[in-house]
Amino acid sequence: MSRTTLAEPLTEVAAAAPVVPRRQRSARRWRRLVSPVVLVLGWELAARTGLLAPEKLPAPSDVLAAGWRLARDGTLAIHLLDSLTRAGAGLLIGGLLALVLGTAAGLLRLGDDLVDPPVQMARMLPHLGLVPLLIIWVGIGEPLKISLVALGAFFPIYFNTYAGIRDIDERLVEAARTCGLGQAARLRHVVLPGALPALFLGLRLAIGAAWLSLVVGEQVNAQTGIGFLMMEAREFSQTEVVVLGLLVYALLGLISDLALRVLERRMLTWRRGLRAT
Amino acid sequence: MASRTAGHLNGATPVLTAHEVRRAFGPTVVLAGVDLTISRGEVVALLGGSGSGKSTLLRILAGLDGEASGETVVHGTAAVVFQEHRLLPWKRMADNVGLGLSGTDTAGRIHRALAEVGLAERHRAWPAELSGGQAQRVAVARALVREPDLLLLDEPFGALDALTRLRMQVLLRRLRAEHGFAALLVTHDVEEALLLADRILLLDAGRIAADLPVDLSPTRTPDDPAFGALRRHLLDRLGVPTT
Repeated sequence: MSRTTLAEPLTEVAAAAPVVPRRQRSARRWRRLVSPVVLVLGWELAARTGLLAPEKLPAPSDVLAAGWRLARDGTLAIHLLDSLTRAGAGLLIGGLLALVLGTAAGLLRLGDDLVDPPVQMARMLPHLGLVPLLIIWVGIGEPLKISLVALGAFFPIYFNTYAGIRDIDERLVEAARTCGLGQAARLRHVVLPGALPALFLGLRLAIGAAWLSLVVGEQVNAQTGIGFLMMEAREFSQTEVVVLGLLVYALLGLISDLALRVLERRMLTWRRGLRAT
Repeated sequence: MASRTAGHLNGATPVLTAHEVRRAFGPTVVLAGVDLTISRGEVVALLGGSGSGKSTLLRILAGLDGEASGETVVHGTAAVVFQEHRLLPWKRMADNVGLGLSGTDTAGRIHRALAEVGLAERHRAWPAELSGGQAQRVAVARALVREPDLLLLDEPFGALDALTRLRMQVLLRRLRAEHGFAALLVTHDVEEALLLADRILLLDAGRIAADLPVDLSPTRTPDDPAFGALRRHLLDRLGVPTT
């Protein structure tokens, strides 16, 4: 079953795209790989020849070796899991709150008047600058990390929910009314699917903000997590572990973005037709 | 089906009555007391220059304007086709046609409605994959599937190219012959009104300025001399010089 659902979009894409530009595109994709590969090779070479001091920047192979070592003894998995838990909890709390408030402000005039002004004002605060205040409020433990992530995730989801609902074509809502759809049915068939592309955009931005908040939050008195791993390694001058931590953060961002894109493509199939025309 | 046939036979009750319909946007009075009656199975064209309030009147009759005064009653069901197709981009054709549809055999009814506009095989397509004419045909199917007693058409072919428009007019004439629905056709196209309507209303300065029966054969064409005479008369009333 999964095979048939996977095969369908692929054949459609293949049918839509002419053959020659596709070959050109794949050639271009390979060409775009050249400079990153050259950079990594140059970095390796510079480290091996002693041009780069190992305590400043170790060779990429050493970073990978450190990663392999930490992955095998389970350390990496423990810290990764803790970081992921914080990110997940923060995203869930901030995201749900943003969804509820954004929907209220987008749909109801009262919600708009009551909710939107304070949110617009709070938006101007750089949420990472709130760390000292948050430490006073919730201490330096887990609540600090989770609140930071939740704050980071809140704003993109709130604004995109709000905009997604507001940007829905009023004429479509009217057409749905003439088809006999009541309030609840209009929400389900018109408002929700109409706002979904904006929601996805908000979620992607929120996940980016969540990782960033996590990086900052985990450098404040963490006992676990990727950030802790990096801070501890710095004290022992294990530069390769510091670089490894950065790499893990980057990979987390990349993987979450890719996963979201796949989900988006599945749920917003109808937009493929839009792009083709 | 049965109820509409019955209603068609008993032509005494009008399908639509509107009395003293008024609508103003701020200080601008768009409709200054419109009275309107449409009999069962009757196609009425509403002609008028741009800004004469034709579309405003249709929106009021469709129940989309809460700020109008006056009384409008639709005896039976009404469906609307707008100038733009207004299909939901995130629903496939069949789901768009079946939007809000309830009752038995919805799938079969949707299929038949799409078949009637010649698009049965495109039921899985997304709106963005269709041409303007095809999308408008689906919009017609979405209205027809509800088996309305009254079809409200707001310049339904206004956004289409000339050739597609002619085809759509033929299609509408055929569907009307098959289903016998009444219709109010808002248009600024005099020929379209003459081709499709049994009666033509001229809207001017917020009132019905003229009520003209179209006494032409059901298979009328613009080549008909009587057609030309009516056309000239209407254009004259609309203030368009014909010579």
